[in-house]
Amino acid sequence: MPVVMDADRMTRTLTRIAHEILERNRGVEELALVGIRTRGVPIARRLAQAIHEINHHDVPTGALDITLYRDDLMRHAVGPQPVVRKTEIPFSIDDKCILLVDDVLYTGRTIRAALDALIDFGRPKAIQLVVLIDRGHRELPIKADYVGKNLPTSLSQSVQVHLTEVDGRDEVEIEP
Amino acid sequence: MKKDLLGIADLSQEEIYLVLDTAEAMREIAQRPIKKVPTLRGKTVVNLFFEPSTRTRTSFEIAEKRLSADTLNIAVATSSVLKGETLADTAMNIEAMAPDMIVLRHASSGAPHFLSRICRSRVINAGDGMHEHPTQALLDAFTIREHKKRIGGLKVAIVGDLLHSRVLRSNALLLTKLGAEVWACGPRTLVPPGLDRLGVHVSTSVDRAVEGADVVMMLRIQQERMQGAFVPSLREYFQVFGMTVERVARAKPDVIIMHPGPMNRGVEIASDVADGPYSVILEQVANGVAVRMAVLYLLAGGAGMD
Repeated sequence: MPVVMDADRMTRTLTRIAHEILERNRGVEELALVGIRTRGVPIARRLAQAIHEINHHDVPTGALDITLYRDDLMRHAVGPQPVVRKTEIPFSIDDKCILLVDDVLYTGRTIRAALDALIDFGRPKAIQLVVLIDRGHRELPIKADYVGKNLPTSLSQSVQVHLTEVDGRDEVEIEP
Repeated sequence: MKKDLLGIADLSQEEIYLVLDTAEAMREIAQRPIKKVPTLRGKTVVNLFFEPSTRTRTSFEIAEKRLSADTLNIAVATSSVLKGETLADTAMNIEAMAPDMIVLRHASSGAPHFLSRICRSRVINAGDGMHEHPTQALLDAFTIREHKKRIGGLKVAIVGDLLHSRVLRSNALLLTKLGAEVWACGPRTLVPPGLDRLGVHVSTSVDRAVEGADVVMMLRIQQERMQGAFVPSLREYFQVFGMTVERVARAKPDVIIMHPGPMNRGVEIASDVADGPYSVILEQVANGVAVRMAVLYLLAGGAGMD
């Protein structure tokens, strides 16, 4: 399978995004990172680490599970329910600038569900979207504010993000 | 497990853990400013209660509402059952209004199984006679796991009216499936024949059952089901089987005391035990909502928990 991003490139990409975040947002105090389970969570933690290395500020980081907000939950006549995992946002999101983090941006439906879920936790000042890969084919009017890599794909292809924390290695692959 | 939750007997170890793990995620919703998720939007759940219940009915209703289901409650006191309608007719009439799930509490053992055969809707057993009360056993297991971090290898003493208790049956089935050592203890007159076939140790000595226990679960003396002379008097019952601070002292120092409610203080449990530091009775109630949300969610999908 062709590798479109290796470990080294991933590290540099996340460092670049951390700089972009700080460039765009003046008040670092009001920033908070929320990663979408599964792979958005380690990416959010790495961004928090990268921001810390730049300005020694600790950005609060949370994890969001969007399963209960999916729009396709009750549409399948057969098959088990998707596994629900814990949402852990140990801070108030009121008046914060939330950086919502996911690995791949595709149809936009996950982000739609995540926005609905976030709003149930409070009223953030703003929500910005960070993705490692944007592979196109949006079905909803959603756009990322920070993109690691734009990856033109066809609908039949599959993009796999592997992260050390989850998969034992850092790599982005594209399956034909 | 098929489309319904009728009893712990039908669940595999994996299914039990799936419910418990899902409940962990559901519990967080109770801490949010908006305690509601849109998951069961547009689903209708009928709570059909043929026996009085506060805790279980309220718990199911809150669980349903937190998942955004539309709920309606039918209590026997206000229903056509009083006019002589059979369970089958009541069920078919409700079914004609196309609900998605029916939560049934009934005084007859097997009533939910009967309903499950004649209904398209998913059926959840909220207690059937002297048979099973699966969501109670699941929330008990959830509470035990939270405190002890495991269930396998624990000694669990269940003390009280064993004969009439569906809580005992569901708990015995569940806890032995997950590898706990279960002791059931009660007066000889309230020990059903063949109880040991559930894989539990049966004893009439509280001291022996509680000795070294990690968990002590008290069962209510069900006065409404006691037509015969099962115990000489409630006072004597308390003397011999009541859970007192002295008896709790025989268990492990970090023992937890459980009770499915409603409690008879001074009959099966002393007030200073029920309100003591080792009591997790109110945690059980809180966890009940999360566990029932998990069950509703898992059953609402296409093929249930398969």
